[in-house]
Amino acid sequence: MMILKVNGHDHQIDAAADTPLLYVLRDDLKLNAAKFGCGLGQCGACTVIVDGKAVLSCVTPLLLLEGKQVTTLEGLGTIERPAPIQRAFMEEQAAQCGYCIAGMMMRAQALLQRNPKPTDAQIKAELMPNLCRCGTHMRIVRAVHRAARLMDTAELSSTTRSTAQGSVR
Amino acid sequence: MNGPMLIDRRRVLAGGGALIVSFSLSDAFAEDQAAQPPKPPGSLATAPYLDAWIGVDADGGITVFTGKAEIGQGFKTAFQQIAAEELDVPFAALRVVTADTKRTANEGYTSGSNSMKYSGTAIQNAAAQVRELLIAEAAQRLNLSSETLKTENGAVIAPDGRRLSYGDLVAGDMLHVQAQPKSRLKDPATYRVMGQSVPRVDIPAKVTGGAAYVQDMRLPGMVHARVVRPPSYGARLLECDSSAIEKLPGVVKVIRNGNFLAVVASKEFQSVKAMRALAAATKWQEEPGLPKQDDLPETLLGLPSNDSVIFERGNPSASAPTTFEATYTRPYQSHGSIGPSCAIAQLVDDGMTVWTHTQGVYPDRQGIAEMLRVPPANVRLIHVEGSGCYGHNGADDAAADAALIARELPGVPVRVQWMREQEHGWEPFGPAMVTKLKASLDDGGSISSWNFEVWSNTHSMRPGGAGSMLAAQHMAQPIAVPAPKPIPLPEGGGDRNAIPIYNFPNAHVVHHFIPAMPVRVSAMRALGAYHNVFSIESFMDELAALADADAVEFRLKHLDDPRGRAVIEKAAQAFGWRKGQKTPPDRGFGFAFARYKNLAAYCAIASEVEVNRETGRVRLVRAVAAVDSGQVVNPDGLINQIEGAILQSMSWTLYEAVTFDDTRITSIDWQTYPILRFDAVPEKIDVHIINRPGLPFLGSGETGQGPAAASIANALANATGKRLRDLPLTRKKIKDAIDA
Repeated sequence: MMILKVNGHDHQIDAAADTPLLYVLRDDLKLNAAKFGCGLGQCGACTVIVDGKAVLSCVTPLLLLEGKQVTTLEGLGTIERPAPIQRAFMEEQAAQCGYCIAGMMMRAQALLQRNPKPTDAQIKAELMPNLCRCGTHMRIVRAVHRAARLMDTAELSSTTRSTAQGSVR
Repeated sequence: MNGPMLIDRRRVLAGGGALIVSFSLSDAFAEDQAAQPPKPPGSLATAPYLDAWIGVDADGGITVFTGKAEIGQGFKTAFQQIAAEELDVPFAALRVVTADTKRTANEGYTSGSNSMKYSGTAIQNAAAQVRELLIAEAAQRLNLSSETLKTENGAVIAPDGRRLSYGDLVAGDMLHVQAQPKSRLKDPATYRVMGQSVPRVDIPAKVTGGAAYVQDMRLPGMVHARVVRPPSYGARLLECDSSAIEKLPGVVKVIRNGNFLAVVASKEFQSVKAMRALAAATKWQEEPGLPKQDDLPETLLGLPSNDSVIFERGNPSASAPTTFEATYTRPYQSHGSIGPSCAIAQLVDDGMTVWTHTQGVYPDRQGIAEMLRVPPANVRLIHVEGSGCYGHNGADDAAADAALIARELPGVPVRVQWMREQEHGWEPFGPAMVTKLKASLDDGGSISSWNFEVWSNTHSMRPGGAGSMLAAQHMAQPIAVPAPKPIPLPEGGGDRNAIPIYNFPNAHVVHHFIPAMPVRVSAMRALGAYHNVFSIESFMDELAALADADAVEFRLKHLDDPRGRAVIEKAAQAFGWRKGQKTPPDRGFGFAFARYKNLAAYCAIASEVEVNRETGRVRLVRAVAAVDSGQVVNPDGLINQIEGAILQSMSWTLYEAVTFDDTRITSIDWQTYPILRFDAVPEKIDVHIINRPGLPFLGSGETGQGPAAASIANALANATGKRLRDLPLTRKKIKDAIDA
């Protein structure tokens, strides 16, 4: 039994110490966003943030997470009150099947937290560990830029925003 | 244009090895059709009752039913737009129910870019006819003429302002009537919802951690299963001591049924650990039987084939001053879904329910029922989204696995999740192909004769019978893999898009259908069209160079189809294509075009690539596409599909080949089967839509695959002066060609 901090809450976890974080999130905590893609750290579908850094949860055992802060996509915002990165992906319609997208968003979120205005090249370099098979890459890069702008605006204004609408061309 | 003569190959393929010619001209075919009573359009022809498509509740809630499966193409949103438009109800007032053997029409497989054409058309016409029925009902109740009534916001409105809501109007079996052949469809000029880039209904949940996929389902009491697959095709399980595994933490059951082996545990990671322990406790007998990878084209050409001439015009052996030949090849390629396949099954009393991301709930139900030896009525399949599949991946197999395991645990929901190496190792791959082309140019630089031959396996081993499912093949009383069949033209399989759309005066096209399948294969996005279009459009460039002609001009010179010409002209203009253009150093421009299946969407793509001559690495810098998919329902959705097609096809074309030794598949993860990563993402992709208001939906899921491949290959040839004809066009091949 250990305490795991996820999205700001402490959770009592009853799982073997070698259990990868991904299975704890999905199976014990019933969280959906982090996805099983390979279990090998090759595709990034399972990406979450641990103490501010993007981490591959499928190859990170529970025993390494004592006292650390885990953030998943669920911890950023909700469908009613989406975080800037979530709004941005909705507004850019940056998904096809969407299976890789939660992992993409978490890695992008970690990037934006340390570099609020990344260039195209920086975004692409950062997202190298994450695979998308539908070919949504152009929109994902655009959505990260948009998220950067939204975060910038959010810092200037603390007023609540209306729910996101997708882009209409 | 003078349409290509379409041949009914169902009658052609009787004899093995013999060259059989059988034509049925399209005009004669049309006459045959005229004698039939007219059928309602799209899938209404096979599922004619209106309430199979549209349901109106007493409270006014409206449900749209489709037998197709949302697999990330976004059609769920498009169908909702279509129904909202024709019913005159707000978009948000509708909901769409997708493929479910208990609730929706049998629309077979979600494949071939056919969802808009069949299901979208059915929903459009059903919605229009439901609206007419509601108006007629209101007219009767109000004692007014239908002509005086209008509809708005889910209600029928009388001239004096009286409103009767749809919920009030619908009663009893009013919508349980057969569709009429013709509907009073809205004038496209009045569309308010169709033609708009309405945001996709599924994206908000997907970007906030909502339950969006079958992988996210958690049923009460659900257990987790893992399958231990054989190490290679045909391997037999000799020994399996599972006694220690049964004592591992959380293990509920070990299931062995012939060569089918699985373990069930309470928690997911317990099942993973138990699977690994179980795999280590097995001993298999393997048989080497795979072809030599390096000789793949020769192997294919050496296998027995059923040969048929699928197109002939004029005298293709007519002599001409310049004759040119080339051979193009494609390896086996993987669908490579990011999420390995998953399914949940539960046996309650006699009823087996399977939640699955299959593309065909009805055919899969038939297969699973056959495997379980129960009537199909005892099996229900419900489609729930999975990771994008791009064709026949492991989805159907995972569904069968789940059903076979759940049968052993009555009442308990069983979730089967494939591992990465299982998806990569066992999915049915996109078939390897060989094409041989030969053409002659006349003195005016026009193609005077054209010969095209394609060698290929079938492009569909999808279930229908249980023998297509791994679990049924591996169980103690196995069900044999069914004999492969070609997919008939005009859609075609290995010969999809083998018939040229260009107006060559003399042409001859042969399909060599290879029944023997040394590697497990089935449908992958665009089927044979990917390689056939790659071949035709590469060859067109090679011929244009021989004729000293501009690649775009050369295509237009041989093409009459006005819609085809329009996309070519649009893509060329938007790209900035100019005759005699000069490219920057180490850069190349390429162009390609096709009409998918010669009957669906038109797509032209211009590409710019950059080549590093030292390393051979090629990079797509930008691509410009023009597409005509008929009436557009959701422009952004269409653009998303084409962008995706270009990037995915680029990945297939530059990087991808399934690898194997004499016994095992060796490309079993993303290290051994590398695909596109972000460093190779282009700077810009522009997609231009040519909308055709009121014309039939043509679908768009697969139209980009072939043109994207050829456009990149042509740009590469333009940049390097070297023509590569063997897919994938890898860094090493490019480097070797530059150094040669």
